[in-house]
Order: sequence, then C-alpha cells, then structure tokens
Amino acid sequence: MSSQPRTTARTPGSMSRAAGRVRRAVMFVVALVLVALAWEGYKAVGPEAGGDVLGAGILPRTNDRVMPHVWTMISRLTDPVQRGRDETVLRVVLEAVWYSFRVALVGFTIGVLVGMALAIVMLRFKVLERAILPYLVISQTVPLIALAPLVAGWGGNLQWGSFVWPKWMSVAVLGAFLAFFPVALGTLRGLKAPSAASLELMDSLAAPWRRTLWKLRFPSAVPYIVPALKLAASLSVIGVVVSEISIGLRGGIGRLIIDYANQATGDPAKVFTSILGAAILGLAMAGLVAIIDSILMRNRPKGAAA
Amino acid sequence: MSAVEISQVNKIFSTGKQQAVEALVGIDLSIEPGEFVSLIGPSGCGKSTLLRLVANLLEPTSGSVLVNGKPAKQARLDQDYGMAFQQSGLFEWRTVARNIELPLELKGWDKSKRQARAKEMLELVKLGDFATHMPWQLSGGMQQRVAIARALAAHPPLLLMDEPFGALDEMTREHMQAELLSICAKTGTTVVFVTHSIPEAVYLSNRVVVMSPRPGRITDIIDVGLGSHRDEDTREDTSFFKCITAVREALRGIEVTDIVRGIEDR
Repeated sequence: MSSQPRTTARTPGSMSRAAGRVRRAVMFVVALVLVALAWEGYKAVGPEAGGDVLGAGILPRTNDRVMPHVWTMISRLTDPVQRGRDETVLRVVLEAVWYSFRVALVGFTIGVLVGMALAIVMLRFKVLERAILPYLVISQTVPLIALAPLVAGWGGNLQWGSFVWPKWMSVAVLGAFLAFFPVALGTLRGLKAPSAASLELMDSLAAPWRRTLWKLRFPSAVPYIVPALKLAASLSVIGVVVSEISIGLRGGIGRLIIDYANQATGDPAKVFTSILGAAILGLAMAGLVAIIDSILMRNRPKGAAA
Repeated sequence: MSAVEISQVNKIFSTGKQQAVEALVGIDLSIEPGEFVSLIGPSGCGKSTLLRLVANLLEPTSGSVLVNGKPAKQARLDQDYGMAFQQSGLFEWRTVARNIELPLELKGWDKSKRQARAKEMLELVKLGDFATHMPWQLSGGMQQRVAIARALAAHPPLLLMDEPFGALDEMTREHMQAELLSICAKTGTTVVFVTHSIPEAVYLSNRVVVMSPRPGRITDIIDVGLGSHRDEDTREDTSFFKCITAVREALRGIEVTDIVRGIEDR
C-alpha cells in the first residue's frame, strides 16, 4: 500500500495504478494457492503419525483428523451447520464475522478517538506527556485476558436510567484498549512533525493554538496517523476476538472458533472454516483502513511520510 | 510615521546554565514606508533575530520595536506584515490557491472573497494557471513565488523575508529578485530582507544594513544610489559594482573567517 507510488488523478499514473491493483490481486490469489499446495504437499509426504526432528516431536501428524484436506474444508462451508437445519456453515461463519466486525469497528472508533484526544492533551501540556506516557506503555503490558473479566464486571454495574451496559460493549472497550495505543503515539509524533518555519508562519499570522492545531498540526500528522490506524485496526480485531472468548460473548467469530474447536474430534474441517472467518474479519478491517488511507492521502506527494 | 522603528533594542538569549548570548546590542533602525532594506552580515550576527523581533516572533530583552506606529505585538495580531522564509513552507495538503488563502482564512474572510484575492495574487506572481496544482508539483522558484503571494495576500504594508531565495539556484535567484522588485513596485510594500549575498542585497535595496557578530550590532548602513528602476542591465552597471565594493569593505571590517563562512553559507 504505502510502497505503491502515489500519483495524481490527472496524470497517466492512474492507468499504472489500476494495473498495480490487478497485479496485487493476482499475487494474493497466487499466494493463497501456494499455501493450499504446501498444505496438501506436506499432507501427502509427511509422516501419518507425526515425526521427530533430533528427538523432538515437532512434525505434525498428517491424518485427516489433524490436517483435513483443503477441499474438505471448502465443501464443509456449504454443508448444513447441523443435521436437519437449512443454515450452511458459511452462513453461520459470515454472520459471526459481521457481528464481530461491528463490535471491532466500535472498539476501533473508540480507540482512535481516545488515542487522538490523549495525543492532543500530551501535546498541549508537556507535563502531562511526561506523566501519562509511561502509564500508556505500562497499560499495554497488562494481559488482555486478565483485564477482560474486570471490564465485564464494571460494565455489569453500569446503568443510567433505562440504559443497561450491553456485554458486547465490554468487548468493544477491550478492543479499544489495544487500538488506542499506536494511535496515541503516532498522532503525538505527527502533531510534533511540522517544521519550525511552518509554526513560525502560523505565529506570524497570529493564529491561536487551536487553529494551528487544525490547520497545520493535524494535516501534518496524517502521514503518521495512517500507519497507526492500520495497527489499530488489526489490534482491535485481536482484542475483540480474544475478549469474546474470555468474557463469553455469544454471536461473534471468537466464540465460534471455540465452539467449532470443541467439535474438532468429530468434525475436524469445521474449525478451519471459523479460522477462515477470522481471517476474513481481519481482511475486512484492513480493507476499511485502506479506504481511509486512500481518502486521507489523496493529493499528497508520493512518499509523504517522513 | 515610519514603517518600522527600532530603538535601543538589546536581545540576550539565556538558555539555562549556559552562558548568556548577546544576540543584539544597541540596535537603532528606522525604515520608511515603501523602502527596501536588506540586513546582511556573517552567520551569527543576529540579522534573523532582528527580523524576528520586528515580526514579534521574539520579544526584545530591552528597547522598543514599533511597526506601523504600533507595538510589534499589536502589529502581528493585526497581520500588519507578511512573512516569507528560506523554505517556502507551503502546506503540501493544500492546493496553491488554498495556500495563498491561509492568511485570509485566519482573518475570517468569507470564501468568495478569499478566492478572488487568491486569484489576484496568483496573477501578480505570474502563476495564474497553477491555482489548482499541489505545491509539490511546482519547481522551487515557483513554490517561493507562491510563498510570496501568500505573504502579500492580505495586502500588508510590510513584507519580512528571511533569505527567501537562499535555496534557489543562481539563475532562478536573479529572476526572482527582478520579480520581487516589480511586485513591490506595484504594491508599494515596505520590505525588510535578510540575506547572505552581497549582490542580492545591493540589487534589491534602497539601503543595506551591515551587521557584525559577537555581539550582534549594526556596523554600517549603506545607501544604494541605483534609483528606482532596476533591470538586468543594472547588474552590469558600474554604480552597481561600486555599491558591492562598498558593502564588501564594510563587511571586511568584520573578522575575516566570519565573512568567508557567512558568504559560503548562503
């Protein structure tokens, strides 16, 4: 994405950009096929009961229970989820992905807003930067699994009038907890990016701090914010999937993976369909950020990020 | 009323435990409306500092700076001057026209008025066809012209320039000097111009203020008697060379190593 040269809309570059897009799509499919081939290749030649390398049993077993055929997984997608029901596995997986996607999106949005707000506060008050920053770093060392029950517990006590804190909100908050961190650091760095000359220019125009923030600092920070958003997107997905499992929220892909893993003895291909769903979830979030990227970075010089 | 009135200004930089630096000592300078004044001198003579005192980007340690008869701070708040730097400092996310509109936005002008003025300024700097271009699509000289257009967008009576052509090649530089003179002739703007280059100072100025370092002070003020009309022939003129010699000799009074460094720095 960022390695792709950016060209303006007017120049003939849009042709080569379209060609680049096609090439990337082809490479994506090729890579997918290669992974499938490697899987089937190992399954064909690998030891049925697993194997040792220098005495350590690290070679996985290749029987159908541990490594189902790729086509078994694919055909499993179109099977009914349970005998006697119309819903296919694919449908159930996609519905779970859609559910988790919305929760992750809420988490991502909260994380981005909180991260940016923290960056502004740290920029405005140097003292606070020194006070807050170490805690931000420490916060990321707390395992999510340890935090999840706490957040769920706090959320359970929250109630304003008729509003009751829903369980999925706790999951979104935990996604935000991971997502805010890169955004806060990236934005802070970006807000500090304008050159001394640009800041002097705003001073010479008697621009108050707030207007310098919106007219100079934020636009200058965009090339720093975009990569931070990419990190935040994948972190919010991880946060949501893990928290769904540890809080026990039904409906999302995280819970589905656990459910299907429990059925793995009888139905080994099924768990892989849910893993595929998790991958689709990650891709969807990455795609969303790619769209944000192309909107924010239009009309910017190529290689704008410092 | 003078355009700029600097009297008895001292500026001392004291940065914590380090020894305080006397950047400027006993500066007196009066600049008339419509005048073009260059500040020249070796690195560290305080010419950029002096410009920043006029712009109120720095406060003097003592003494007073009046711009348009007002204290410098009030003049800055009223946008009584425009400023251009060595780096054009254009915002890469804004089109050329929107860059020029920046000072007007901060003044609270409405959109149609801003656009009309930006168009007028683009014509003035001969970039009428480039309004919708992005700054990074322009050459260095064109970017600097946009920066000048931005500095003059609000029609300020005073233009402060800190080595604006320092990063340009010699050909572009001479061309830009001629452009600047014709713009100033049209607008009647007063200019304070910081430079390292003796020919540049002489070609552009009514007066050249020669400064020396440690402590920064004005050692000489040379009147350039080249008249108001200047073109490419002026550069071949004997009186042009005479003035260059005069400035060079004034600078020669200053420690030699500083001059050599100062001139090569540009």
